[in-house]
Amino acid sequence: MSGGETGLNLLQHAPVMQVVIPLVAAPICVLLRHPLLVRVFAVGVAWLCLADAAVLVAYAADATGEHLAGVANPSPLPWLYELGGWEPPVGISLNIDLASAYVCLIVATIASVVMPFGLGQGALTVPQERWHLFYAAFLLCMSGLFGITVTGDAFNVFVFLEVTSLSSYTLISLGRGRQALRAAFSYLIMGTIGGTFILLGIGLAYQATGTLNMADLARLIPTVESRGVQAGFAFIFVGAAIKLAVFPLHQWLPNAYTYAPSVISAFLAATATKVSYYLLVRMIFGVFGGVLVFGVWKAHLVLLPLSLAAMFVGSLAAIYQTDIKRLLAYSSIAQIGYMTLGLSMGNLRGLTGGLVHLFNHALMKGGLFLVVACVVYRLGSQQLEDMRGIGRRMPLTSAALVVGGLSLIGVPGTVGFISKWYLVLGALDQGWVVVAGAILLSSLLAVAYVWKIFEVFFFGEPAADCPAREVSWTMLVPTWLLIGGCVFFGLNTDLSAGLATHAAAQLLGVSP
Amino acid sequence: MSPILLLELALLVPVFTALGVVVTGAWPNLRETVSTVGTLLTLLFVALLVPGVMAGEVIRLPLLEVMPGLELAFELEPLGMVYALVAAGLWIPTSIYAIGYLRGHHEQNQTRFFACFALAISAALGIAFSANLLTLFLFYEVLTFSTYPLVTHHGTPKARRAGRIYLGILVFTSVCLLLFGIIWTWHLTGTVEFVRGGILGDVDPTFLPWLLALFAFGTGKAALMPFHRWLPNAMVAPTPVSALLHAVAVVKAGVFTVLKVIVYVFGIETLASTGASDWLMAVAAFTILASSIVALGLDNLKARLAYSTIGQLGYIVLAGAFATSVGVIAGGTHIMGHAMGKITLFFVAGAVYVAAHKTEVSDMRGIGRQMPFTFLAFFCGSLAIIGVPPFGPFMVKPGLFMAIAQSNPVYFLVYVLSTLLAIGYLLPVVVTAFLDPKPEDHDGHHHDHHDDHGPSVGPWGWSMALELKHPLVVIPPVLTAIGTVVLFFYGHAVAELLAPIVRPL
Repeated sequence: MSGGETGLNLLQHAPVMQVVIPLVAAPICVLLRHPLLVRVFAVGVAWLCLADAAVLVAYAADATGEHLAGVANPSPLPWLYELGGWEPPVGISLNIDLASAYVCLIVATIASVVMPFGLGQGALTVPQERWHLFYAAFLLCMSGLFGITVTGDAFNVFVFLEVTSLSSYTLISLGRGRQALRAAFSYLIMGTIGGTFILLGIGLAYQATGTLNMADLARLIPTVESRGVQAGFAFIFVGAAIKLAVFPLHQWLPNAYTYAPSVISAFLAATATKVSYYLLVRMIFGVFGGVLVFGVWKAHLVLLPLSLAAMFVGSLAAIYQTDIKRLLAYSSIAQIGYMTLGLSMGNLRGLTGGLVHLFNHALMKGGLFLVVACVVYRLGSQQLEDMRGIGRRMPLTSAALVVGGLSLIGVPGTVGFISKWYLVLGALDQGWVVVAGAILLSSLLAVAYVWKIFEVFFFGEPAADCPAREVSWTMLVPTWLLIGGCVFFGLNTDLSAGLATHAAAQLLGVSP
Repeated sequence: MSPILLLELALLVPVFTALGVVVTGAWPNLRETVSTVGTLLTLLFVALLVPGVMAGEVIRLPLLEVMPGLELAFELEPLGMVYALVAAGLWIPTSIYAIGYLRGHHEQNQTRFFACFALAISAALGIAFSANLLTLFLFYEVLTFSTYPLVTHHGTPKARRAGRIYLGILVFTSVCLLLFGIIWTWHLTGTVEFVRGGILGDVDPTFLPWLLALFAFGTGKAALMPFHRWLPNAMVAPTPVSALLHAVAVVKAGVFTVLKVIVYVFGIETLASTGASDWLMAVAAFTILASSIVALGLDNLKARLAYSTIGQLGYIVLAGAFATSVGVIAGGTHIMGHAMGKITLFFVAGAVYVAAHKTEVSDMRGIGRQMPFTFLAFFCGSLAIIGVPPFGPFMVKPGLFMAIAQSNPVYFLVYVLSTLLAIGYLLPVVVTAFLDPKPEDHDGHHHDHHDDHGPSVGPWGWSMALELKHPLVVIPPVLTAIGTVVLFFYGHAVAELLAPIVRPL
């Protein structure tokens, strides 16, 4: 399948197209300039990316002899795409396996839903004359996220990480008010520190092995003396943890999500941390190896307590927020705790739980931030106390909030339940009964902060001058697509949990 | 019609009723017609399923596979049939009663009320017919969340606080304990299907008491102490909600789940041979006695009934915990008997509130002479709860008695004591209402002044004026009171329906 010769077949180049399409589209946006034209173009590009991601998923599933939810054994071989036909170590290779295709699918799905949100309206807080720059940054950000996901080269990861970071600073700083600038700046500082750590780690690994190709790294690392490699892993681990906002390295996240334009909060909350999680997973299982990381270095002894702390501290902090976006941001920190918890288990069902929660959390948090975007668009405020009685004024939006909120709690029939199911099973497989209890206990905190929003929306009396009324279908349809997904994939997990199970099996090298 | 189609209809009609109620919300008469027709159709379809169940047919309706090996599915069996009959059957009088109550009381948000009510019934039927723990858990949570707007119907700070306690306890127990139990069961056995004889037979017996604890306490709706506080708090809801949901659908969903788990997940043979349920008997007995003693001291009628409910639920759990065939059948029958009796009592409490604006027992002196039929119904309901023939299913109390006789004599003492306590907290209400002189106080004058110019007062101050003014809240309790007598004569049919579930394999 390494497709240099059959260059005419576009599908053969799907891996690189995933990165190239948005990358090329970004400058075109700047050239187009006309605000509406740019929007429509960007939407088209996002949909094209989704189609490409679907191709990747189909290939990755096919390469493992799988129908999506089948039971045949997977081949351990991912799809290696050599860029320009240059073989590693000279050239850069892209690495498409189930995990990377799966993450691409998540990013592309969220982008294609968020991009047309409120098409043609002033739903964006960004002035129209800057739309072409906004969308250029948006597409660049997508391109970076796809790049991190598909690349098979460690240094390449760093490059795409910087592409993502720089473009997301721009996006965040386009939010209302000066606080957005400050939030973007602190994100810049933390992001740069994280990126630098990762670069240092990659450097140390390169020093020990002499290669940057992930597959070669994975082959060579077990054979070399381990001090430098261990330090390298520590750097990468901390760097990725910063990017992923693992407690206690999460400080940048609440401000960034609070002050960014709502649409960007939705996009970043649903994708950026997911890709960072993927990076951590890839580095552990695709480069250093699970045996070394968990068996020898015992990384779970660090990751497990931090994950548990994130689950509780994040949720507790969320309960006390008065700004709805900040509330959701703290909830994200807790949800990231679930994902890293699944990773720290290092077993099939735990990792499946972590991976499936990527997808599930992307749906629910993306959907909820879009709900907030609708409300903020009407109210001009993101303070909870201004949203009293919105339930009557904006029934469809509020209904979406209810479904998304229940999903966050993990009510059966929603995606949150599926994640919890796998995570608890993973904990029991590991013999961690207390951890299993903690997972369930922490969902009660979610009840507390979700109900805090519900009570404001449905019991409060709206202020006399409250301008709220239902938003138009251009905003409702994307919102309900994500929120509806929370229910659909809560009942039918062939795609989400099916892919996650096989991706986890492939990463761990076991049969699902 | 094929049983599968009937099953689908029984589950879907309440959902469509809810939709219909929302659509016709602007026209109250039409809305209530839709609601009432929905109740009748639901009972019809549920009742038509009974012959198939009695014949022992396997009627299974798979919906979809959520995760590999884990599907949402419905399957009929006798215990679920009894619970479904109770929920669907008592929905009819409650629906009529609710119309009278809400209109008599000029309640807000009546459309939301009727819609949530119908949804709650569909959830109850979902629980009754579920084929495995996953399906049961799904509908269990739907029932919790669909009843929350009903509990907080008034939207007052008090209602909101009650709503928080309601959700807090029910969600805590179900997510932290029940779900844990379900996942643990799946982890141990690889299945969560309900199988006669149980699925935990091969599991290390030391796990069983812990698992049973997760299930018994996790089913917060069964109101086993110390997770009972949501029930009295939920009494802040309008009385039709208390009547159907907190005497019938919700609490019975709880004890039904406990019985179902005992019979179909643990298996009574397994429980009996390992003694894993011994501790549960003690907890249930404590719940019965403690709640009955609390009920004695309460003046608010609804609160007293709420604690009485906690005690009666304890009976059912106790009966199940004996893990004998007699006990399970007695518990299953008591689901129906208690439902019929307790809904009568709640109807009366609400009727007094609507007609005379009274909530405290001490204010009800002489009120029985103004509302004779209502309090006659209360009398019948009380006797059914206490277990005096000819009220309530005849089999139940002797059945419990036999179950107890096979077990520990201590529980015999519990049984006698709690019966005495039930007499102590229920019959004084009747005595106060009929025999105590009507106080010539401010309230009475106010009332007379307000309502009528000389009602036709018969000898000894008897009158029916109040009842005639509010027929829709008086007829339902009279009907259900008659129902308790009917149950006495047909209780054995329920026991016969239930018999197959404990027949040895």
